[in-house]
Amino acid sequence: MTPNNGNKLNVPAPRKRPGEAPEFHNLDIPDAGAVARPDVMMDPKEMFGYANSLIRVLKMNNKAVGEWDPGLCADDMRKGLYHMMTTRIYDDRMQNMQRVGKMSFYMKCRGEEAVSVAQAMALDDKDMLFPSYRQQGLLISRGRDLLDMMNHCLSNSKDNCKGRQLPIMYSWREGNFFSISGNLGTQFCQAVGWAVASAYKGEDALAATWIGEGTTATSDFHHGMTFAAVYNAPVILNVVNNQWAISSFQGIAGGEKSTFAARGVGYGMPGLRVDGNDFLAVYAVTKWAAERARNGGGPTMIEHFTYRADAHSTSDDPSKYRPEDEAESWPLGDPIERLKQHLIEIGEWSEEKHAAAIKEITALVTRKYKEAESYGTLNSGERPEVSSMFEDIFKEQPEHLRRQRQKLGV
Amino acid sequence: MAKMNMIQAINSAHDIMLEKDKSVVVFGEDVGYFGGVFNATEGLQEKYGIQRVFDTPIAEGGIIALAIGMGVNDLRPVTEIQFSDYIYPAFDQIVSEASRLRYRSGGEYWAPITIRTPCGGGIRGGQTHSQSPEGIFTHVSGIKTIMASNPYDAKGLLISAIEDDDPVVFFEPKRLYNGPFYGDPKQPAQSWEKHAKGEVPDGYYTIPIGKAETVRFGNDLTIVTYGTMVHVSLAAAEMSGYDVEVIDLRTLTPLDIDHIASSVCRTGRCVVVHEATQTGGFGAEILSQIQEECFWKLEAPIERVAGWDIPYPHAFEWEYFPGQGRVLDAIKNVMEG
Repeated sequence: MTPNNGNKLNVPAPRKRPGEAPEFHNLDIPDAGAVARPDVMMDPKEMFGYANSLIRVLKMNNKAVGEWDPGLCADDMRKGLYHMMTTRIYDDRMQNMQRVGKMSFYMKCRGEEAVSVAQAMALDDKDMLFPSYRQQGLLISRGRDLLDMMNHCLSNSKDNCKGRQLPIMYSWREGNFFSISGNLGTQFCQAVGWAVASAYKGEDALAATWIGEGTTATSDFHHGMTFAAVYNAPVILNVVNNQWAISSFQGIAGGEKSTFAARGVGYGMPGLRVDGNDFLAVYAVTKWAAERARNGGGPTMIEHFTYRADAHSTSDDPSKYRPEDEAESWPLGDPIERLKQHLIEIGEWSEEKHAAAIKEITALVTRKYKEAESYGTLNSGERPEVSSMFEDIFKEQPEHLRRQRQKLGV
Repeated sequence: MAKMNMIQAINSAHDIMLEKDKSVVVFGEDVGYFGGVFNATEGLQEKYGIQRVFDTPIAEGGIIALAIGMGVNDLRPVTEIQFSDYIYPAFDQIVSEASRLRYRSGGEYWAPITIRTPCGGGIRGGQTHSQSPEGIFTHVSGIKTIMASNPYDAKGLLISAIEDDDPVVFFEPKRLYNGPFYGDPKQPAQSWEKHAKGEVPDGYYTIPIGKAETVRFGNDLTIVTYGTMVHVSLAAAEMSGYDVEVIDLRTLTPLDIDHIASSVCRTGRCVVVHEATQTGGFGAEILSQIQEECFWKLEAPIERVAGWDIPYPHAFEWEYFPGQGRVLDAIKNVMEG
């Protein structure tokens, strides 16, 4: 091999691995309230700075500060807290049920509840959601019955996906929630298509879509960004930077070289970077992007800076690839705890009420789960009709599928 | 009725559907102002406006994803993938998304999209402008695959495809755009002028998806084919001196096996012909199904004529192309053993 002048293969690696103490002091985290709120129609060319900053509202002393404070009433904040708590308690229950073999798979969203709950609340119900697999908070905020969510995860006789999808790959047309794929990132540009159609029809509904920071490496991300920018689509393109793509840290997706929000700048759209564990900040940036889109301002990309506090899924063990107490050391805290403390700070919540809410939600989840199990689980009880597996390939069942169904004897 | 070549017929299908249904939108690389590299969408942007017929970035995966999203929002997108050789970046969106959306969502969502794409060789296109990748798509459940062999069918099938609520990949053998091709490049190029299938109604009509057509009747042997090879097979049938039946599949999936089987069970002999590479090609599937349906009626082993299992070589196009000679040999083998 020919010697070179210092050219060296660079494979990024996280700062700390299992057995080491977590280290986040390298993170550049501006104070809450430090970032100004621009006019919703500001030219993206004047917004480069937002991609390299961090929009925050909730200070660590639990006060809401700065121009981005959305000024939510206590009722709405309590609603948000309740949805986030429900999401977490639901997740815990479902994960436990996976562990005892009631379903094949599960994925929690602990630490990321604010992203989906605050965003769902900031959007209109008519807005179409194209989620990835860690936004169950969207469903809960939009009022989907937990029973239906459980029925799906159990692949039982009342699963609206008819036992065809891995658990958590929800679909809910009535709630304008798109069918989750499982192939990463494919929904990103589909959301743009939906938004383009909305503009074509002259409607003011917008689309919002979510991917993880790892998925920004896919061509789908690039397609979504390019098409959204080209057609000025009314779409909110969310990148949930939870630091980890299964075992690959965000540097493997290119996060060491620039922020993910900075990707938006290159496409000529605002790239906002927000503290994803700050319910009020997430709500505020989503409102901003939605208002911009409804006013004809086109797409906004939002990087939600957060931390995946649990495993990627029930199929991996994070203690094999990252320090065990990293989640607890995350400098931006926990979204539920922060909103809870803020509500207590302003005199609109208490530890007692919080404990009572946990009890109430836990009872609800338990009751819903019991009912769901009565409709079957993957391994016992009722399943959807076996013959239904030959349906919905096409609108009308073609002859060869009818024959194959007969061959199976169903 | 008008004389139309295949491009004009395809253009007319777009025109009629754009006129008829406000939810139809047409897009792809260069399809807008320019009217497409093969002129299939010529004049449509001018007539229907830039919001209904428009150019896209060069990103096939993005084009199909956009179409899926638009389809979910009640539009009926008609896309062009400039060459089927360029369809692979869209493969995930077609195979994992469009084809399974209805299924995976329990029927809540579907992708009523049409993906037009010119295919096949014989135009000196080299290995990047000559492929016939239909067999890759026929393997996928949840998409319909069509390959038209003439202007009349192209228009009627394209209208059916656009109106279909499921995703359709619509292959257009580009060698046939301007005229039928009988497989001998030394012969002067033919036009659709004098061909019966060059007579195309001006207005709306459909040809059902999933129905094959017998384009030559005979009792000795059945050729099952589609696309450019329909014409090559007809020429070979003529030269063979045998009473050969030729079936043009028109739709590959869902396959009209009943139509094929009733012919082969009658003639007892069969040759399957396509331009695409042989191994794992759609011909293997046709052959297998004929064997299932007609084994006890067969008088001789079925033969396949297909492209060699190599990329389409630029300088050796006519050694690659399965021409009349190869079809004729296959007919003779099956007839004479």
